[in-house]
Amino acid sequence: MKSKRTGDKIVFWMMRGITYSVVLFIAYILLDILLHGLPAISWEFLTGDPEKSGAEGGIFPAILGTLLLVVGTIAVALPLGMFSAIYLTEYAKQSKFTQTIRMAIVTLAGVPSIVFGLFGLGLFVITLDFGSSILAGSLTLACMILPTIIVASEEALKAVPKYMREGSLALGATKWETIYKNVLPYAMPGMLTGSILGIGRAAGETAPILLTAAAFFLPELPTSVFDQVMALPYHLYILATQHPEAQKILPMQYGTALVLLFLVIGLNFVAIFLRIRVRKKYKW
Amino acid sequence: MAELFSENNVKVHVREMNFFYGQVQALFNINIDIPEKQVTAFIGPSGCGKSTFLRTLNRMNDIIDGTRIEGKVMIDGSDIYNPMTDVVALRKKVGMIFQKSNPFPKSIFDNIAYGPRLHGVKDKNSLMEIVETCLVKSALWDEVKDRLDKSAMGLSGGQQQRLCIARALAINPDVVLMDEPASALDPKSTLKIEDLVNELKKDYTIIIVTHNMQQAGRVSDYTAFFYEGRLIEYGATGQIFTKPNVKQTEDYITGRFG
Repeated sequence: MKSKRTGDKIVFWMMRGITYSVVLFIAYILLDILLHGLPAISWEFLTGDPEKSGAEGGIFPAILGTLLLVVGTIAVALPLGMFSAIYLTEYAKQSKFTQTIRMAIVTLAGVPSIVFGLFGLGLFVITLDFGSSILAGSLTLACMILPTIIVASEEALKAVPKYMREGSLALGATKWETIYKNVLPYAMPGMLTGSILGIGRAAGETAPILLTAAAFFLPELPTSVFDQVMALPYHLYILATQHPEAQKILPMQYGTALVLLFLVIGLNFVAIFLRIRVRKKYKW
Repeated sequence: MAELFSENNVKVHVREMNFFYGQVQALFNINIDIPEKQVTAFIGPSGCGKSTFLRTLNRMNDIIDGTRIEGKVMIDGSDIYNPMTDVVALRKKVGMIFQKSNPFPKSIFDNIAYGPRLHGVKDKNSLMEIVETCLVKSALWDEVKDRLDKSAMGLSGGQQQRLCIARALAINPDVVLMDEPASALDPKSTLKIEDLVNELKKDYTIIIVTHNMQQAGRVSDYTAFFYEGRLIEYGATGQIFTKPNVKQTEDYITGRFG
Protein backbone atom coordinates (compact mmCIF):
# COMPACT_ATOMS: atom_id res chain seq x y z
CA MET A 1 0.00 0.00 0.00
CA LYS A 2 2.69 2.40 1.06
CA SER A 3 4.98 1.62 -1.90
CA LYS A 4 2.08 2.18 -4.26
CA ARG A 5 1.59 5.65 -2.88
CA THR A 6 5.30 6.40 -3.14
CA GLY A 7 5.21 5.38 -6.79
CA ASP A 8 2.31 7.72 -7.34
CA LYS A 9 4.23 10.55 -5.74
CA ILE A 10 7.32 9.90 -7.83
CA VAL A 11 5.33 10.05 -11.06
CA PHE A 12 3.59 13.20 -9.91
CA TRP A 13 6.83 14.96 -9.02
CA MET A 14 8.46 13.81 -12.25
CA MET A 15 5.67 15.33 -14.32
CA ARG A 16 5.66 18.46 -12.27
CA GLY A 17 9.43 18.73 -12.67
CA ILE A 18 9.24 18.29 -16.43
CA THR A 19 6.51 20.91 -16.77
CA TYR A 20 8.43 23.38 -14.66
CA SER A 21 11.63 22.84 -16.63
CA VAL A 22 9.77 23.60 -19.88
CA VAL A 23 8.44 26.81 -18.37
CA LEU A 24 11.90 27.58 -17.09
CA PHE A 25 13.44 27.26 -20.56
CA ILE A 26 10.88 29.57 -22.07
CA ALA A 27 11.31 32.04 -19.25
CA TYR A 28 15.06 31.95 -19.72
CA ILE A 29 14.82 32.63 -23.44
CA LEU A 30 12.36 35.47 -22.92
CA LEU A 31 14.38 36.99 -20.12
CA ASP A 32 17.64 36.73 -22.05
CA ILE A 33 16.15 38.50 -25.05
CA LEU A 34 14.44 41.07 -22.87
CA LEU A 35 17.54 41.91 -20.84
CA HIS A 36 19.88 42.14 -23.80
CA GLY A 37 17.34 43.60 -26.16
CA LEU A 38 15.85 46.39 -24.10
CA PRO A 39 19.02 48.54 -24.04
CA ALA A 40 19.03 48.48 -27.85
CA ILE A 41 15.45 49.73 -28.11
CA SER A 42 15.15 53.42 -28.72
CA TRP A 43 12.97 55.73 -30.75
CA GLU A 44 15.69 55.89 -33.35
CA PHE A 45 15.98 52.09 -33.45
CA LEU A 46 12.27 51.66 -34.05
CA THR A 47 11.83 54.43 -36.60
CA GLY A 48 15.22 54.80 -38.26
CA ASP A 49 16.81 53.23 -41.31
CA PRO A 50 19.62 50.73 -40.90
CA GLU A 51 23.11 52.09 -41.37
CA LYS A 52 26.44 50.40 -42.03
CA SER A 53 24.77 47.14 -43.11
CA GLY A 54 22.58 47.07 -40.04
CA ALA A 55 25.44 47.53 -37.59
CA GLU A 56 23.97 50.88 -36.60
CA GLY A 57 20.74 52.79 -37.09
CA GLY A 58 17.26 51.38 -36.88
CA ILE A 59 15.07 48.60 -38.22
CA PHE A 60 11.97 50.50 -39.29
CA PRO A 61 11.89 49.11 -42.85
CA ALA A 62 12.03 45.58 -41.47
CA ILE A 63 9.18 46.22 -39.03
CA LEU A 64 7.09 47.75 -41.79
CA GLY A 65 7.95 44.88 -44.14
CA THR A 66 6.93 42.24 -41.65
CA LEU A 67 3.68 44.08 -40.92
CA LEU A 68 2.93 44.32 -44.63
CA LEU A 69 3.62 40.63 -45.11
CA VAL A 70 1.36 39.78 -42.15
CA VAL A 71 -1.47 41.93 -43.49
CA GLY A 72 -1.07 40.39 -46.95
CA THR A 73 -1.05 36.90 -45.48
CA ILE A 74 -4.19 37.56 -43.45
CA ALA A 75 -5.96 39.03 -46.47
CA VAL A 76 -5.27 35.92 -48.51
CA ALA A 77 -5.27 33.09 -45.99
CA LEU A 78 -8.14 34.04 -43.71
CA PRO A 79 -10.97 34.05 -46.27
CA LEU A 80 -9.56 31.07 -48.17
CA GLY A 81 -9.07 29.03 -45.01
CA MET A 82 -12.41 29.92 -43.48
CA PHE A 83 -14.40 29.21 -46.62
CA SER A 84 -12.59 25.91 -47.12
CA ALA A 85 -13.41 24.95 -43.55
CA ILE A 86 -17.04 25.93 -44.02
CA TYR A 87 -17.22 23.86 -47.16
CA LEU A 88 -15.59 20.85 -45.55
CA THR A 89 -17.67 20.84 -42.38
CA GLU A 90 -21.04 22.13 -43.58
CA TYR A 91 -21.42 21.18 -47.21
CA ALA A 92 -19.12 18.35 -48.26
CA LYS A 93 -20.53 14.86 -47.82
CA GLN A 94 -18.37 12.50 -45.82
CA SER A 95 -16.68 10.44 -48.49
CA LYS A 96 -13.32 8.92 -49.44
CA PHE A 97 -12.67 12.06 -51.45
CA THR A 98 -13.17 14.52 -48.57
CA GLN A 99 -11.19 12.23 -46.30
CA THR A 100 -8.32 12.42 -48.75
CA ILE A 101 -8.57 16.20 -48.81
CA ARG A 102 -8.47 16.30 -45.01
CA MET A 103 -5.43 14.00 -44.94
CA ALA A 104 -3.71 16.23 -47.49
CA ILE A 105 -4.40 19.32 -45.41
CA VAL A 106 -3.06 17.77 -42.24
CA THR A 107 0.03 16.55 -44.09
CA LEU A 108 0.54 19.99 -45.56
CA ALA A 109 0.71 21.41 -42.04
CA GLY A 110 3.80 19.30 -41.45
CA VAL A 111 5.71 20.30 -44.58
CA PRO A 112 8.93 22.20 -43.72
CA SER A 113 8.71 25.91 -44.36
CA ILE A 114 11.66 25.91 -46.74
CA VAL A 115 9.67 23.65 -49.03
CA PHE A 116 6.89 26.23 -49.07
CA GLY A 117 9.57 28.81 -49.84
CA LEU A 118 10.75 26.82 -52.85
CA PHE A 119 7.16 26.28 -53.94
CA GLY A 120 6.51 30.02 -53.71
CA LEU A 121 9.70 30.74 -55.61
CA GLY A 122 8.67 28.39 -58.38
CA LEU A 123 5.02 29.38 -58.65
CA PHE A 124 4.63 32.99 -57.57
CA VAL A 125 8.07 34.49 -58.17
CA ILE A 126 9.00 32.78 -61.43
CA THR A 127 6.00 31.19 -63.15
CA LEU A 128 3.48 33.91 -62.31
CA ASP A 129 6.27 36.47 -62.60
CA PHE A 130 5.45 38.44 -59.45
CA GLY A 131 9.18 38.64 -58.79
CA SER A 132 10.51 38.69 -55.27
CA SER A 133 7.77 40.84 -53.74
CA ILE A 134 5.29 41.45 -50.96
CA LEU A 135 2.66 39.72 -53.08
CA ALA A 136 4.72 36.58 -53.66
CA GLY A 137 5.81 36.48 -50.01
CA SER A 138 2.28 36.92 -48.67
CA LEU A 139 0.92 34.24 -50.98
CA THR A 140 3.68 31.85 -49.93
CA LEU A 141 3.12 32.48 -46.24
CA ALA A 142 -0.62 32.13 -46.81
CA CYS A 143 -0.10 28.68 -48.37
CA MET A 144 2.01 27.72 -45.41
CA ILE A 145 -0.55 28.62 -42.76
CA LEU A 146 -3.68 27.61 -44.68
CA PRO A 147 -3.70 24.13 -43.12
CA THR A 148 -3.51 25.62 -39.62
CA ILE A 149 -6.40 27.98 -40.36
CA ILE A 150 -8.52 25.28 -41.98
CA VAL A 151 -8.04 22.79 -39.16
CA ALA A 152 -8.65 25.39 -36.45
CA SER A 153 -11.76 26.68 -38.24
CA GLU A 154 -13.12 23.19 -38.78
CA GLU A 155 -12.74 22.44 -35.08
CA ALA A 156 -14.49 25.67 -34.18
CA LEU A 157 -17.36 24.94 -36.57
CA LYS A 158 -17.75 21.40 -35.30
CA ALA A 159 -17.96 22.72 -31.75
CA VAL A 160 -21.23 24.51 -32.60
CA PRO A 161 -23.93 22.03 -31.55
CA LYS A 162 -26.05 20.41 -34.23
CA TYR A 163 -29.25 21.70 -32.65
CA MET A 164 -28.30 25.27 -33.57
CA ARG A 165 -28.39 24.26 -37.21
CA GLU A 166 -31.57 22.21 -36.87
CA GLY A 167 -33.31 24.96 -34.94
CA SER A 168 -32.53 27.47 -37.64
CA LEU A 169 -33.41 25.19 -40.56
CA ALA A 170 -36.71 24.32 -38.90
CA LEU A 171 -37.58 28.02 -38.91
CA GLY A 172 -37.32 28.04 -42.67
CA ALA A 173 -33.76 29.33 -42.99
CA THR A 174 -31.77 28.16 -45.98
CA LYS A 175 -28.53 26.37 -45.40
CA TRP A 176 -26.39 29.43 -46.01
CA GLU A 177 -28.64 31.64 -43.85
CA THR A 178 -28.26 29.09 -41.09
CA ILE A 179 -24.49 29.02 -41.39
CA TYR A 180 -24.19 32.76 -41.70
CA LYS A 181 -26.58 33.72 -38.91
CA ASN A 182 -26.53 30.83 -36.51
CA VAL A 183 -23.25 28.99 -36.86
CA LEU A 184 -20.52 31.43 -37.88
CA PRO A 185 -21.13 33.95 -35.10
CA TYR A 186 -20.59 31.25 -32.50
CA ALA A 187 -17.65 29.66 -34.30
CA MET A 188 -15.92 32.97 -34.98
CA PRO A 189 -13.88 33.26 -31.76
CA GLY A 190 -12.43 29.80 -32.24
CA MET A 191 -11.79 30.37 -35.92
CA LEU A 192 -10.05 33.68 -35.30
CA THR A 193 -7.95 32.45 -32.41
CA GLY A 194 -6.65 29.47 -34.33
CA SER A 195 -6.02 31.60 -37.36
CA ILE A 196 -4.19 34.36 -35.56
CA LEU A 197 -1.92 31.87 -33.83
CA GLY A 198 -1.09 30.54 -37.30
CA ILE A 199 -0.45 34.05 -38.56
CA GLY A 200 1.83 34.70 -35.62
CA ARG A 201 3.88 31.76 -36.75
CA ALA A 202 4.01 33.12 -40.28
CA ALA A 203 5.25 36.47 -39.03
CA GLY A 204 8.32 34.81 -37.56
CA GLU A 205 9.19 32.59 -40.51
CA THR A 206 12.40 33.19 -42.39
CA ALA A 207 12.74 30.46 -44.97
CA PRO A 208 9.62 31.16 -47.08
CA ILE A 209 10.24 34.90 -47.38
CA LEU A 210 13.96 34.41 -47.91
CA LEU A 211 13.14 33.02 -51.33
CA THR A 212 10.06 35.05 -52.20
CA ALA A 213 9.98 38.51 -50.66
CA ALA A 214 12.81 39.64 -48.44
CA ALA A 215 15.87 41.72 -49.15
CA PHE A 216 18.54 42.44 -46.60
CA PHE A 217 18.83 46.09 -47.39
CA LEU A 218 16.65 48.41 -49.43
CA PRO A 219 17.25 52.12 -49.78
CA GLU A 220 13.54 52.87 -50.29
CA LEU A 221 10.36 51.81 -48.55
CA PRO A 222 8.07 49.65 -50.71
CA THR A 223 5.47 51.50 -52.76
CA SER A 224 3.51 48.60 -54.27
CA VAL A 225 2.81 44.93 -53.64
CA PHE A 226 5.32 44.10 -56.35
CA ASP A 227 8.18 45.60 -54.34
CA GLN A 228 10.62 43.67 -52.24
CA VAL A 229 10.63 44.34 -48.52
CA MET A 230 12.90 43.97 -45.56
CA ALA A 231 11.55 41.71 -42.83
CA LEU A 232 12.41 41.19 -39.17
CA PRO A 233 13.20 37.47 -39.16
CA TYR A 234 15.37 37.75 -42.25
CA HIS A 235 17.11 40.85 -40.90
CA LEU A 236 17.87 38.96 -37.72
CA TYR A 237 19.12 35.96 -39.65
CA ILE A 238 21.57 38.08 -41.64
CA LEU A 239 22.76 40.05 -38.61
CA ALA A 240 23.35 36.89 -36.64
CA THR A 241 24.94 34.64 -39.23
CA GLN A 242 25.99 36.54 -42.35
CA HIS A 243 27.23 39.84 -41.01
CA PRO A 244 31.04 40.25 -41.03
CA GLU A 245 30.91 41.73 -37.55
CA ALA A 246 28.22 39.49 -36.17
CA GLN A 247 29.77 39.31 -32.69
CA LYS A 248 30.09 43.06 -32.33
CA ILE A 249 26.52 43.90 -33.17
CA LEU A 250 24.84 41.63 -30.64
CA PRO A 251 22.68 44.44 -29.22
CA MET A 252 21.22 45.05 -32.69
CA GLN A 253 20.38 41.35 -32.96
CA TYR A 254 18.78 41.24 -29.54
CA GLY A 255 16.82 44.41 -30.27
CA THR A 256 15.50 42.95 -33.51
CA ALA A 257 14.59 39.69 -31.80
CA LEU A 258 12.74 41.57 -29.07
CA VAL A 259 10.70 43.59 -31.55
CA LEU A 260 9.78 40.44 -33.48
CA LEU A 261 8.83 38.70 -30.26
CA PHE A 262 6.59 41.58 -29.22
CA LEU A 263 4.92 41.57 -32.60
CA VAL A 264 4.07 37.88 -32.35
CA ILE A 265 3.00 38.08 -28.71
CA GLY A 266 0.92 41.14 -29.59
CA LEU A 267 -0.86 39.15 -32.29
CA ASN A 268 -1.60 36.40 -29.80
CA PHE A 269 -3.02 38.92 -27.38
CA VAL A 270 -5.32 40.19 -30.09
CA ALA A 271 -6.52 36.60 -30.48
CA ILE A 272 -7.15 36.18 -26.77
CA PHE A 273 -8.92 39.53 -26.55
CA LEU A 274 -11.18 38.71 -29.49
CA ARG A 275 -12.01 35.35 -28.02
CA ILE A 276 -13.01 36.77 -24.67
CA ARG A 277 -15.12 39.51 -26.23
CA VAL A 278 -17.07 37.35 -28.63
CA ARG A 279 -17.44 34.52 -26.09
CA LYS A 280 -19.07 36.89 -23.69
CA LYS A 281 -21.58 37.90 -26.31
CA TYR A 282 -22.50 34.39 -27.39
CA LYS A 283 -22.42 32.03 -24.50
CA TRP A 284 -24.21 28.73 -24.56
CA MET B 1 -60.09 5.96 -41.10
CA ALA B 2 -62.89 7.87 -42.67
CA GLU B 3 -64.97 7.16 -39.61
CA LEU B 4 -62.58 9.18 -37.40
CA PHE B 5 -63.21 12.58 -38.90
CA SER B 6 -64.54 14.14 -42.05
CA GLU B 7 -62.30 14.00 -45.09
CA ASN B 8 -62.43 17.78 -45.35
CA ASN B 9 -60.49 18.11 -42.16
CA VAL B 10 -57.46 16.11 -43.27
CA LYS B 11 -54.32 18.20 -42.93
CA VAL B 12 -51.62 15.59 -43.38
CA HIS B 13 -52.17 12.63 -45.63
CA VAL B 14 -49.58 9.85 -45.82
CA ARG B 15 -49.79 6.79 -48.04
CA GLU B 16 -47.54 3.76 -48.41
CA MET B 17 -44.57 5.58 -46.99
CA ASN B 18 -41.25 3.83 -46.42
CA PHE B 19 -38.21 5.49 -44.97
CA PHE B 20 -34.56 4.40 -44.99
CA TYR B 21 -31.37 5.43 -43.21
CA GLY B 22 -28.90 4.15 -45.78
CA GLN B 23 -29.67 0.43 -46.08
CA VAL B 24 -31.68 0.31 -42.88
CA GLN B 25 -35.42 0.67 -43.24
CA ALA B 26 -36.83 2.71 -40.37
CA LEU B 27 -40.48 3.08 -41.40
CA PHE B 28 -42.65 0.49 -43.14
CA ASN B 29 -45.71 1.25 -45.21
CA ILE B 30 -47.11 4.10 -43.15
CA ASN B 31 -50.69 5.16 -43.94
CA ILE B 32 -52.28 7.88 -41.87
CA ASP B 33 -54.54 10.91 -42.08
CA ILE B 34 -54.01 13.62 -39.50
CA PRO B 35 -56.84 16.10 -38.83
CA GLU B 36 -56.62 19.86 -38.85
CA LYS B 37 -56.60 21.86 -35.61
CA GLN B 38 -56.51 18.81 -33.40
CA VAL B 39 -53.76 17.30 -31.34
CA THR B 40 -52.42 14.00 -32.61
CA ALA B 41 -50.01 12.07 -30.44
CA PHE B 42 -47.44 9.52 -31.65
CA ILE B 43 -46.57 6.99 -28.99
CA GLY B 44 -44.40 3.91 -28.90
CA PRO B 45 -41.18 2.57 -27.38
CA SER B 46 -37.77 4.10 -28.15
CA GLY B 47 -36.61 3.39 -31.66
CA CYS B 48 -40.09 2.67 -32.99
CA GLY B 49 -39.80 5.35 -35.65
CA LYS B 50 -42.19 7.93 -34.22
CA SER B 51 -39.60 10.73 -34.20
CA THR B 52 -38.32 9.73 -37.63
CA PHE B 53 -41.87 9.92 -38.94
CA LEU B 54 -42.40 13.32 -37.34
CA ARG B 55 -39.24 14.60 -38.99
CA THR B 56 -40.39 13.48 -42.42
CA LEU B 57 -43.27 15.95 -42.13
CA ASN B 58 -41.03 19.03 -42.36
CA ARG B 59 -38.27 17.24 -44.23
CA MET B 60 -35.79 17.60 -41.38
CA ASN B 61 -34.48 14.17 -42.30
CA ASP B 62 -33.18 15.71 -45.53
CA ILE B 63 -30.19 17.05 -43.66
CA ILE B 64 -29.03 13.57 -42.67
CA ASP B 65 -26.77 12.02 -45.30
CA GLY B 66 -28.05 8.89 -46.99
CA THR B 67 -31.72 9.00 -46.07
CA ARG B 68 -34.37 8.02 -48.60
CA ILE B 69 -38.14 8.11 -48.66
CA GLU B 70 -40.77 6.33 -50.75
CA GLY B 71 -44.51 6.89 -50.96
CA LYS B 72 -46.66 9.94 -50.61
CA VAL B 73 -46.66 12.65 -47.92
CA MET B 74 -49.23 15.36 -48.57
CA ILE B 75 -49.91 18.46 -46.54
CA ASP B 76 -52.95 20.48 -47.59
CA GLY B 77 -53.18 18.33 -50.66
CA SER B 78 -49.71 18.99 -52.05
CA ASP B 79 -46.93 16.44 -52.08
CA ILE B 80 -44.12 17.78 -49.91
CA TYR B 81 -41.56 15.45 -51.48
CA ASN B 82 -42.34 16.66 -54.98
CA PRO B 83 -39.08 17.95 -56.51
CA MET B 84 -40.83 21.28 -57.11
CA THR B 85 -41.56 21.74 -53.40
CA ASP B 86 -39.79 24.66 -51.77
CA VAL B 87 -38.38 23.19 -48.56
CA VAL B 88 -37.98 26.63 -47.01
CA ALA B 89 -41.66 27.41 -47.59
CA LEU B 90 -42.59 23.99 -46.23
CA ARG B 91 -40.64 24.51 -43.02
CA LYS B 92 -42.21 27.92 -42.65
CA LYS B 93 -45.58 26.28 -42.76
CA VAL B 94 -44.65 23.31 -40.59
CA GLY B 95 -42.91 24.49 -37.44
CA MET B 96 -40.99 22.22 -35.10
CA ILE B 97 -40.21 22.02 -31.39
CA PHE B 98 -37.30 19.79 -30.45
CA GLN B 99 -36.82 17.42 -27.59
CA LYS B 100 -33.92 19.35 -26.19
CA SER B 101 -34.91 22.99 -26.00
CA ASN B 102 -32.56 24.81 -28.31
CA PRO B 103 -32.68 28.55 -27.76
CA PHE B 104 -30.01 30.38 -29.71
CA PRO B 105 -27.39 32.17 -27.61
CA LYS B 106 -28.98 35.50 -28.42
CA SER B 107 -31.42 37.74 -26.58
CA ILE B 108 -34.98 36.58 -26.00
CA PHE B 109 -36.15 39.16 -28.53
CA ASP B 110 -33.65 38.08 -31.18
CA ASN B 111 -34.58 34.44 -30.70
CA ILE B 112 -38.21 35.07 -31.59
CA ALA B 113 -37.38 37.64 -34.24
CA TYR B 114 -35.00 35.19 -35.93
CA GLY B 115 -37.65 33.58 -38.12
CA PRO B 116 -39.57 36.74 -39.07
CA ARG B 117 -36.31 38.50 -39.94
CA LEU B 118 -35.35 35.61 -42.22
CA HIS B 119 -38.65 36.02 -43.99
CA GLY B 120 -38.24 39.71 -44.54
CA VAL B 121 -39.75 41.52 -41.54
CA LYS B 122 -37.33 44.36 -40.78
CA ASP B 123 -39.43 47.03 -39.12
CA LYS B 124 -38.70 47.18 -35.40
CA ASN B 125 -42.32 47.84 -34.43
CA SER B 126 -43.69 44.92 -36.42
CA LEU B 127 -41.03 42.68 -34.91
CA MET B 128 -41.93 43.87 -31.44
CA GLU B 129 -45.57 43.11 -32.14
CA ILE B 130 -44.74 39.58 -33.31
CA VAL B 131 -42.50 38.97 -30.31
CA GLU B 132 -45.19 40.06 -27.89
CA THR B 133 -47.98 38.08 -29.57
CA CYS B 134 -45.92 34.91 -29.65
CA LEU B 135 -44.72 35.25 -26.08
CA VAL B 136 -48.31 35.78 -24.95
CA LYS B 137 -49.41 32.74 -26.91
CA SER B 138 -46.66 30.63 -25.36
CA ALA B 139 -47.56 31.87 -21.88
CA LEU B 140 -44.14 33.37 -21.31
CA TRP B 141 -44.82 37.08 -21.72
CA ASP B 142 -45.41 37.91 -18.07
CA GLU B 143 -42.22 36.16 -17.04
CA VAL B 144 -39.89 37.78 -19.56
CA LYS B 145 -41.44 41.07 -20.69
CA ASP B 146 -38.92 43.08 -18.66
CA ARG B 147 -35.87 41.31 -19.98
CA LEU B 148 -36.40 40.80 -23.68
CA ASP B 149 -32.88 42.03 -24.35
CA LYS B 150 -31.32 39.50 -21.98
CA SER B 151 -29.83 36.25 -23.20
CA ALA B 152 -32.26 33.38 -23.65
CA MET B 153 -29.66 31.11 -22.08
CA GLY B 154 -30.52 32.57 -18.68
CA LEU B 155 -34.05 31.14 -18.75
CA SER B 156 -35.03 27.96 -16.92
CA GLY B 157 -35.48 24.74 -18.89
CA GLY B 158 -39.25 25.06 -19.00
CA GLN B 159 -39.06 28.70 -20.01
CA GLN B 160 -36.54 27.85 -22.73
CA GLN B 161 -38.91 25.30 -24.19
CA ARG B 162 -41.78 27.78 -24.17
CA LEU B 163 -39.45 30.29 -25.81
CA CYS B 164 -38.78 27.73 -28.55
CA ILE B 165 -42.53 27.35 -28.99
CA ALA B 166 -42.87 31.13 -29.26
CA ARG B 167 -40.03 31.17 -31.78
CA ALA B 168 -41.75 28.51 -33.88
CA LEU B 169 -45.07 30.41 -33.75
CA ALA B 170 -43.35 33.58 -34.91
CA ILE B 171 -43.15 32.33 -38.49
CA ASN B 172 -46.89 31.72 -38.45
CA PRO B 173 -47.01 28.00 -39.19
CA ASP B 174 -50.13 25.91 -39.83
CA VAL B 175 -48.76 22.75 -38.33
CA VAL B 176 -46.60 22.48 -35.22
CA LEU B 177 -44.52 19.34 -34.76
CA MET B 178 -43.39 18.63 -31.23
CA ASP B 179 -40.73 16.02 -30.62
CA GLU B 180 -41.04 15.00 -26.97
CA PRO B 181 -41.19 18.65 -25.95
CA ALA B 182 -41.46 17.98 -22.23
CA SER B 183 -39.25 14.96 -21.78
CA ALA B 184 -36.43 16.97 -20.22
CA LEU B 185 -38.67 19.08 -17.98
CA ASP B 186 -39.90 18.83 -14.41
CA PRO B 187 -43.59 17.96 -13.79
CA LYS B 188 -44.64 21.57 -13.25
CA SER B 189 -43.08 22.80 -16.47
CA THR B 190 -44.50 19.77 -18.24
CA LEU B 191 -47.99 20.72 -17.17
CA LYS B 192 -47.46 24.23 -18.48
CA ILE B 193 -46.43 22.86 -21.86
CA GLU B 194 -49.48 20.58 -21.90
CA ASP B 195 -51.82 23.47 -21.09
CA LEU B 196 -50.17 25.35 -23.86
CA VAL B 197 -50.74 22.54 -26.33
CA ASN B 198 -54.43 22.56 -25.42
CA GLU B 199 -54.56 26.29 -25.95
CA LEU B 200 -52.69 26.23 -29.26
CA LYS B 201 -54.86 23.65 -30.98
CA LYS B 202 -57.47 26.33 -31.58
CA ASP B 203 -55.20 27.81 -34.21
CA TYR B 204 -52.75 25.09 -35.12
CA THR B 205 -52.60 21.47 -36.14
CA ILE B 206 -50.40 19.88 -33.52
CA ILE B 207 -48.54 16.62 -33.79
CA ILE B 208 -46.74 15.57 -30.66
CA VAL B 209 -44.35 12.70 -30.13
CA THR B 210 -44.26 11.50 -26.58
CA HIS B 211 -42.83 8.78 -24.43
CA ASN B 212 -45.25 9.52 -21.72
CA MET B 213 -48.60 7.80 -22.15
CA GLN B 214 -50.38 9.86 -19.52
CA GLN B 215 -49.30 12.88 -21.44
CA ALA B 216 -50.69 11.50 -24.69
CA GLY B 217 -53.91 10.75 -22.84
CA ARG B 218 -54.11 14.24 -21.40
CA VAL B 219 -53.32 16.35 -24.43
CA SER B 220 -54.27 14.52 -27.57
CA ASP B 221 -57.46 13.97 -29.51
CA TYR B 222 -56.00 11.20 -31.64
CA THR B 223 -53.26 8.74 -30.91
CA ALA B 224 -51.09 6.67 -33.20
CA PHE B 225 -49.12 3.75 -31.77
CA PHE B 226 -45.86 2.87 -33.54
CA TYR B 227 -43.84 -0.26 -33.03
CA GLU B 228 -40.69 -1.36 -34.85
CA GLY B 229 -41.20 1.11 -37.67
CA ARG B 230 -44.83 0.24 -38.26
CA LEU B 231 -48.00 2.11 -37.47
CA ILE B 232 -49.79 -0.49 -35.37
CA GLU B 233 -52.95 1.32 -34.42
CA TYR B 234 -54.45 4.75 -34.89
CA GLY B 235 -57.66 6.15 -33.50
CA ALA B 236 -59.37 8.55 -31.15
CA THR B 237 -57.30 8.81 -27.99
CA GLY B 238 -60.16 7.66 -25.77
CA GLN B 239 -60.64 4.51 -27.80
CA ILE B 240 -56.90 3.70 -28.02
CA PHE B 241 -56.51 4.03 -24.28
CA THR B 242 -59.69 2.23 -23.20
CA LYS B 243 -60.30 -0.45 -25.80
CA PRO B 244 -57.46 -0.81 -28.25
CA ASN B 245 -58.13 -3.20 -31.12
CA VAL B 246 -54.62 -4.60 -31.37
CA LYS B 247 -52.96 -6.73 -28.72
CA GLN B 248 -49.58 -4.95 -29.03
CA THR B 249 -51.20 -1.57 -28.37
CA GLU B 250 -52.89 -2.93 -25.29
CA ASP B 251 -49.65 -4.46 -24.05
CA TYR B 252 -47.81 -1.20 -24.48
CA ILE B 253 -50.48 0.96 -22.94
CA THR B 254 -50.90 -1.27 -19.93
CA GLY B 255 -47.15 -1.17 -19.45
CA ARG B 256 -46.36 -4.75 -20.30
CA PHE B 257 -43.44 -3.62 -22.44
CA GLY B 258 -41.76 -0.45 -23.61
